[in-house]
Order: sequence, then structure tokens, then C-alpha cells
Amino acid sequence: MTRQIHLAAHFPGVNNTTVWTDPTSGSQIDFASFEHFARNAERGLFDYVFLAEGLRLREHRGRIHDLDVLGRPNTLAILAALAAVTSHIGLVGTLSTTFNEPYELARELATIDHLSGGRAGWNAVTSSDAFHGANFRRGGYLDQADRYVRAAEFTEFAKRLWASWHDDAIVADAATGEFLREGGIDRVRFASRLFDVDAVFDVPASPQGRPVVVQAGDSAEGRDFGARHADVIFSGHTEFEDAQEFYCDVKGRLSAHGREEDSLKILPAATFVLGDTDAEARERSREIALQQVRPQTAITYLEQIWNRDFSDYDADGPLPDVDPDTGSETALGFANRHAAIRGRITQLRELAAAENFSIRDLVIHLTAKHTFVGTPEHVAAEIDRYVQERATDGFTVVGHLSPHGLDEFTEKVIPLLQERGSYRRSYEDGATLHDLLGLEPVRSRVAV
Amino acid sequence: MTERIHLAVALDGAGWHPAAWREESARPTELTSPAYWRELVQTAERAGVLFATLEDALSLGGRSYEADAETRRDRARGRLDAVLLASFLAPLTERIGLVPTVTTTHPEPFHIATGLQTLDHASHGRAGARFVAGANAQERANFGRRSDPTGSPTDLASVGSLRVEDHPEWLAAFREAGDVIDAVRRLADSWEDDAIIRDTVTGKFLDRDRIHNLEFEGEFFAITGASIVPRSPQGQPLVTVLAHLRVPYRLAAEYADVVFVTPADAAATAGILAELAEASAELRTEPEPLRVFADLLVLIEDTRAAADQAWARLQDRAQLITDARVVVGTADDVVAEIAALADAGVDGIRLRPARLPADLAAITEQVVPLISDAGILASDNGAPTLRERLGLPRRASRFADQTSRFAKQETRA
Repeated sequence: MTRQIHLAAHFPGVNNTTVWTDPTSGSQIDFASFEHFARNAERGLFDYVFLAEGLRLREHRGRIHDLDVLGRPNTLAILAALAAVTSHIGLVGTLSTTFNEPYELARELATIDHLSGGRAGWNAVTSSDAFHGANFRRGGYLDQADRYVRAAEFTEFAKRLWASWHDDAIVADAATGEFLREGGIDRVRFASRLFDVDAVFDVPASPQGRPVVVQAGDSAEGRDFGARHADVIFSGHTEFEDAQEFYCDVKGRLSAHGREEDSLKILPAATFVLGDTDAEARERSREIALQQVRPQTAITYLEQIWNRDFSDYDADGPLPDVDPDTGSETALGFANRHAAIRGRITQLRELAAAENFSIRDLVIHLTAKHTFVGTPEHVAAEIDRYVQERATDGFTVVGHLSPHGLDEFTEKVIPLLQERGSYRRSYEDGATLHDLLGLEPVRSRVAV
Repeated sequence: MTERIHLAVALDGAGWHPAAWREESARPTELTSPAYWRELVQTAERAGVLFATLEDALSLGGRSYEADAETRRDRARGRLDAVLLASFLAPLTERIGLVPTVTTTHPEPFHIATGLQTLDHASHGRAGARFVAGANAQERANFGRRSDPTGSPTDLASVGSLRVEDHPEWLAAFREAGDVIDAVRRLADSWEDDAIIRDTVTGKFLDRDRIHNLEFEGEFFAITGASIVPRSPQGQPLVTVLAHLRVPYRLAAEYADVVFVTPADAAATAGILAELAEASAELRTEPEPLRVFADLLVLIEDTRAAADQAWARLQDRAQLITDARVVVGTADDVVAEIAALADAGVDGIRLRPARLPADLAAITEQVVPLISDAGILASDNGAPTLRERLGLPRRASRFADQTSRFAKQETRA
């Protein structure tokens, strides 16, 4: 049987791969940009729109980074506004388990599920670094080792809050005056290592029961967390064999949690460049890569690794032959980090030597290598092959332009996927995001 | 002569009366449905209402004055997050201000600020917030923070005195609320208006000298960086608070653009205005004077007899306990109250409909045309943003002067 392709549309981010120098590049903050992006994705029958999260502005060597697109909206508020201008597509946001509180985030996501008629999703991410923590009350208090402890406890608690209102909790019988059914809302007592709460949730059961949970961590801990809690994995594994291996590994972890293969979808990030011929597409890909990695971008990239000023270097020349500035810290953690940096630099030098890369070529290779380059027919066939041969369940498609980056994909690639019989031809009325992703609905609960 | 006043409405669940959900016209199973809220706010917008406030709380029982609010099953329960509800309503409306309730005790001030900035972007300059200090016992249990120096001005059942001054933890909650509002305003200013330059010649997307890290250190929290959100159409959201007593009056005087007050009648208004003026003289640093809105809770029928009957029916089912003056009568009765308050010198009126959608319909269909015809209602000045409609001019970021001064010094050198 033909496996169905699932696609997510990733709003362009605040890094060098989003090209702002292009004349068609629009605002990264005006609501009209988000509305256009979501409407186009909905026209392309995508499963969901995917937004990242901003916790602090990027800095470079202690100053705000000024070469790339910077500044974005609050993720939840934009998803809520998008619920008003879309009807079918899922709305998924990246939201940290470190810098949010479970009760608050659970009610916010349940709110979006209500407002969108069952289209909400949550990409649960962890963070622990003091740089981002400096903007938050609960700042950098979390040990690296506790990131997934908190994420797992947070998610578990949130799921219990979402399940705590039975579907028939609201009676609203005007004659008798009974609004809530007795026992219709479960009290959630949750005592764990990091939480101690005795909660009563205040948002009624939402259309999906709970939002779809997306997860992106790639460590062994992250994969286990995903196998246990996630409905979708957003990965970086896009080389075919590597993707197949990842697919096998993660799906193999499911049975330990009593889950089936299809109860978890793997949607790695993918970029694409189209052309009328393969040669034209390759040429366009090179042009876009040169826009994504301007000479300054390439120098800045190396400065971040070396922690040195390379402004006198030529981006089209060879890699600097100086050592990184690793400071004078001698603590064990720092020593490990320094060894890692030196190891990374050795790796880059070897790669550059083997491929005869300039600085700019190297950074293009690292940050601007496009996943699918070719005619629409070629790209559609490749996407289909990955899905049919169990390398992925689909992709999280990332364009390089805001907000028009996926317009061409919708126009040219989607119809070909439909012709192949592996992509939907319409949304079903009233479908939730769980339905779009082919996930079992969350078990409904009634009072006993 | 009667001063011209602004009109706002306060929307909460099935209305402000605890038995409102049992009315025949009520829609008690739709209190978390998007269509219900869209219709309410669009109704208010069509009538020209300046802004709508949206109630919120972080516990099931919310801010009810009833001691057993968390456990009783005969009250309408269940709500949506107000900031997100307002964000949803932004693309569905064009003119009305959207003023969600924001609790300052548990949420992250950084998220509060970026949420309100995003609401301002999505609504093209119609964002506000009503900031509420403190948390009751259930809210604290829901969050389970292990150390929490602040307390609640709403734990009314178990306390003797209602004076904030008598409770150190309430005072702390108000100090924290002040810090949160201050941080929200500063974050809103952290990007200057022209920070994004998109200069293809130099390759710079922005001028980083026009983005300012906050370095905010308060008693309760610290925020180091700038906002992640570029400056929004209004610059800052409209800051509102509800106040009944001295400490909240002082909070309003120091930090708010608009204060909602609850005078028992027009005569009591003078005392409140005097107290606010005194607090403003001592504390206020905002350049514009504090705007004062008086709250009225209204039940409106075509005849007084019908209104009394409806009121009796509601009160028979549940006793309303409220801070605001209650007006039960015809639209003319409400207009007379509004006129008296306008004469007493308030800048606006916020009407709390006892029953939704019924009393909102009466406000928009009857009260608004009457006060408009009577020349009591300020006409729409055509300004594009909520702040400007209230006569609050748009200002540059507080940090803009520093940059230009710095630039001038550099030029001289």
C-alpha cells in the first residue's frame, strides 16, 4: 500500500539561511507575512505550519548579531492569530520546557486547540544555558543533566492536565443549576523531582484532547523522550541512509512503550531548489547558497568557533591557521569544551583540505547545502522515495525567503505528489491535526 | 457641562452575574468556543466601543469573591487564556482595542511583554493589558513554586483586614506588579522604531546601536536582554489596572495609562479622583495624565419592571458579590448614571454586562446611540491606534534619545 506523505511548513528563521537581501523578501514580523505563509501552506494541504521560538536575540562576540534577519513574534500569540485566518492546517509552535511553567503552557496550548478547532501542536524543546536564562525568572538554574528530567516531568504533568476534564464535564443544566458534573474534573496531584503541584485545570477538554507533541532532540535521551512522549519527530537526518537508520532506531524504541510504528511520524527538515532542468536547479542552488553565505557570514561563522576576530581574512581564501581563543579557564567542564572545539577545528581543516574549500565554500557546505535540488518531478520523486522506503514519514519543508519561500513548492511540487497517489487531494472537513497526521485520536474520557 | 467620555466593555464568561449562564439567552456551552467570542467582540466593535477587556485568571475558581469558588459546581467554569484569545480576535476586528487580563505573579515577564507586543503587531496597534497582582491559594498550588514571597489580594475569605497595607505578602505582590509593568514597557522600548535597516550595501539587517539590552534588576526578577520582538505600532501596549484602595491606586498612578475604579456613586467619584491625583503628583513618571474609567455593572431591559424581574430571578439563583456599582433598569437609567459620572470628571466608563450576550446587545443597540445623541460619548477621532484614540501620543523609545545624543557627540568629536 502506498504510504502517505506528511509535510510541515517551517516559517523561515533568524539565521543566515533566510535570505533578506532578495528584493522579494518581506517583513519577518508583520502579521501579513505569517498570514501569507500559512495560507499558502494551507493551499498546499500541508499538515501544519511550524514556528520556532525566540528567547533572546542572537549575539556575536558579545554584541547583537546584525547580519541576519533578527526579531520575531511571540510564538503562541502568532499561532492564536493564525487560527483566525486558517481553517484546516495544523498550528505548531516550539516552546521551551525550561522557561515555561506547565500549568500556564498547558492552558495556552489548550486555548489554541479550542480557538483552532483542534489544530494545535507543541514542539517541546529543552534548554539550560545561562545566556537564554538571563531573560527569565527561572533563569539558568537548570543543570544540563536535568534538561530531559524537566522535559519529561513537564510533559507528563501537562498531559495529565489536558486529560483532567472529562469530555462530558460541562452539563450546564439551567433548570437544576448544575454547571459541572460531579467528578467531571480530576484534581491533578503531581509530585516529582522538579515539581510539586496540586492542580485543578481551568480549560475544558479541547477538540483534540491534547495538542500534537513534536520533539527534536537527537541525543539518546532525546530519542527516548521522543519514543515515549512525541507524536512527531523533527530531525536533521536528511541523507537517505542516515535518515533510514534514524527512522529504524527511533521507531524501534516505540514497542518498549507499547506503541506502533505509525503512532510516531518522523519529519526531518528539508530545503529545496527547483529549476526547469536539473542543471538550472543546480545553478540556482549555487546562487542561493552564495546569498545565504555572504563573505561576512562565512567569516562570522568561523569567528564563532574560533572565538577570534577574523575581519582581516578573505572569505574566498583558505581557513585561518591560528589556534582558537579558548580563554584561561581550566575547570574540567571547560577543558572538555576546549578539547571539543579543537577537535571540531581539526575536522573542518581536514574537510577543507580534502575538498579544496575556501572559507566561504566550507560554510556553504555546512549551512547551505540544499536537500533536494532539481526539477519539480525530481524533487517529488525523491520525497516520495524517502517515504515509501521508510527513511521518513515526510518532511518539514524550509524555504529561504520570507514569506513567499514555499509558494513555488505548493504550485509545482504538491500536484506531482498528488499524481503519485501519496499525498492528500483535500482536507477532510473537521479533521484535527491528529487526523491529518494519521494519529489515533486521544482517548476520550467520560465520568464513571 | 457634561464632559465627553470614552466607552469600554468588560467581557467575562457568561456575564458578570454568577447566575447569568442560566438565562435563556445565555450560551453556557460555548464559553470556550471561538465563535462566541468573535461575535461578542465584533458586536462591541460595530457599536464603536473603544476597547473590550477580557477577564482571565490562573485557577478554576478565578477571581470570584466566593470562598468555595474552586469546588462549587453551580457556577460557569472553564475559560481561554485571554492574551491568546485577544490575539485570535485581532485579525477578525479592525478598530476595537483588545485588552486581555494578565496576571503578574507567576508568568514570565519576558513572555508577557512579547505576547503583548505580538498582539500589537497582529492588531495594528490595538493592544492593551489589564495587569492583576497576586495569586490565590489554588493558583499557587497550580504552579507549585517552592518559594513565593508574594501573596494574594483575593484570598478574601480567610483574612480579616482587606487593606493591602496590613499584609506584607500583598504589598510584595503589588511591588512585583509594578516591576512587571515597568519591564513590559522597557522591553517594548528595547528596539527603537528604526532599528531594522536592511542595508544591502553594508550587509547589515539592523543597526544594533538601536537595540538595547535591558539589564533590568528588580526585587523579584531580572531580565538581561532586549525583547525578541521589534517595536510595535503603538510602541507600548495600553497599560490598565483595576483599583479600589490606596495601594492599587498608587500602583495605577505610578505605572498605568488607564485605571478602572469602582465609585459607589457619582458623589464618591470626587474622593477617588482626588486620591488618584495626589498619588500621581507623588509618583507618576509617565508623561501623560492617568485616564480614569469608572466601572458599572449593568442589567438592561426595556422596562424597569422587566429589569427588576430579571434581577430578582438572577439573585434568587445566586447572590452577586461585586466591587462595582450595579445598575438594574432601562437603557435610560444607565445613560443617567453615565452622565452623572461624566459630570463627576471621569474620562471613561467601563460597562460590565451582567448577562452575555443579552446586556452587551442592550449596550450596543440602546445605550451607545443614546449617549452618542446626548453628546456624552467622545466621537472617534480617527486615530489609528488605541493609545492615540485615547489621546496618548505615540512616543519614540525611551532609549532613542540616548542613541541620538551619542551620535551627536560622535559627530562633534
